[in-house]
Amino acid sequence: MALPMIREIFTQLFRTPATNQFPARHLPKSVTEFLKKVGSGEARMIPPVATPPAFRGKIQYDRDGCIGCKLCLKVCPAHAIEFIPETKRVRIYVASCIFCGQCNDICPKHVLTMSDEFLLATEDRFAENQIVE
Amino acid sequence: MSDEMKKKPYVVPIGPIHPALKEPVQFLFEMEGEVVKKADFAPGQTHRGIEWMGMRRNPVQIVHLTDRICGICGVTHSLSFARAVEQIVDIEVPARADYIRVIIAELERIQSHLLWAGVAAHELGFDTLFYLAWRVREDSLDVIENITGNRINYGLVQIGGVRRDITPEQHPVIHKCLDGYRDLLGKMLNLFLHDTTISIRCKDTGKLSFEEALHLCTVGPTARASGVVKDVRVDYPYAAYGDLDITPILPSAYGGEINGDVYDRIVVRLLEIEQSIGIIETCLKEMPEGGIIWEPKLPKLLAACKKAHGEAIGRHEAPRGECTHYVAMDGNEAPAMWKVKASSYSNLHSWIPMLEGEQLADVPIIVASIDPCLSCTDRVAVVRGNSSDLLTKEDLHRLSVEKTRRIQGC
Repeated sequence: MALPMIREIFTQLFRTPATNQFPARHLPKSVTEFLKKVGSGEARMIPPVATPPAFRGKIQYDRDGCIGCKLCLKVCPAHAIEFIPETKRVRIYVASCIFCGQCNDICPKHVLTMSDEFLLATEDRFAENQIVE
Repeated sequence: MSDEMKKKPYVVPIGPIHPALKEPVQFLFEMEGEVVKKADFAPGQTHRGIEWMGMRRNPVQIVHLTDRICGICGVTHSLSFARAVEQIVDIEVPARADYIRVIIAELERIQSHLLWAGVAAHELGFDTLFYLAWRVREDSLDVIENITGNRINYGLVQIGGVRRDITPEQHPVIHKCLDGYRDLLGKMLNLFLHDTTISIRCKDTGKLSFEEALHLCTVGPTARASGVVKDVRVDYPYAAYGDLDITPILPSAYGGEINGDVYDRIVVRLLEIEQSIGIIETCLKEMPEGGIIWEPKLPKLLAACKKAHGEAIGRHEAPRGECTHYVAMDGNEAPAMWKVKASSYSNLHSWIPMLEGEQLADVPIIVASIDPCLSCTDRVAVVRGNSSDLLTKEDLHRLSVEKTRRIQGC
């Protein structure tokens, strides 16, 4: 009986696991409690895997440079950008954003950029960090 | 129990959601003991109406919507769609963009086939091999992430070219990954093809003969494993595939005969990884200099698309087989029609001859062996009022005849 995998299994015993144990080595009982402890310096968080160069994370908006041309609305596949007529500025709903970065390409003033922030999961899609304006 | 009842076959339903299936689809098996006598399946459980969304958006928006059709084929659908629109608008894609498209498409093939190899091992209950396949798959995802910026939804293809160039600094990263795979491939072939368990479970299981593969219009590795020489990259070269010397891979390339069983499908997919490594290396070496997009200014591209009239089909050899996008444009911002035919659509019907006569325990691996991708495939669920139903071919034909009569006024 040929079992070529056996050797591979035994070598793996002496290797470190390939998984990055983010955010902690063992799953904390409550993630929120754990994050609080990290904030107060009681616990240490294992950092996530580094993002690649030119990663497309949470969108950033330079409100003052915007001229209100509405071009970004035209290319957004997810209709995540809303135009506010009173202020002539846009509002971006990160919960709807699909991170294609096309609005960055079309913006004539280059006021829209993608940051490398990606830890955006939340229960409230209208939370403060889910809306960029 | 009466004799009447003993003779009657019993029906085993599997799905729509079942741990043995990686995608939602419902099966009905008429069993006689452990043997499947008759098999039937009902897709259409994951319809999301993405074409409906597309027909209310302009092509530049749709091209990134297409990334979301499939979680694995991130470039397949956007490339097919872009090629369809490029034909309508009469756009000439720069040569460098064509090469970058090929490189990313082949990287996608490597990661998709490794993913499939892991799933196949998992379906056989061989989880250590599944972990190994998925661990090594990460290397290709890292390279894709480095080139495009994202792991899965690449957003690289734009109508008229690509959005990001491959810089000289990225060449060593790609070469390092490819060299790693080249060393690893011998090991993978050994682990998959010389393992007694896999041989026993996969040889002569889920057979699809050459004639059946041809008659059912199967595509991709499923067709090639049955000996059908069929590959869009070779038959109708597009992008930079015309400049490359590639031949469709048949299981006989690894020695032995073509049986069209699950084992042969493993052989074809693993050998295709090797072929893809070669293609990427050639492309990196021969990539011409120049622009990467036909029109870098998106408003001009939008204006050009808005003026266009016509219809076209874009096709691409996805990891699972040929994928086609039909687009019709009539001078409006949104296309008049957009129809996606994913590769699994052509392959699903081959399940029935494969499954009939097999044992129930072999169902998961046979189902997985064609690498089904049902969320790409599901297109015809109709919801009207409170009732929902699936339209069969006969229903659609009847509706079509009725409409013709209505138009004729008789």
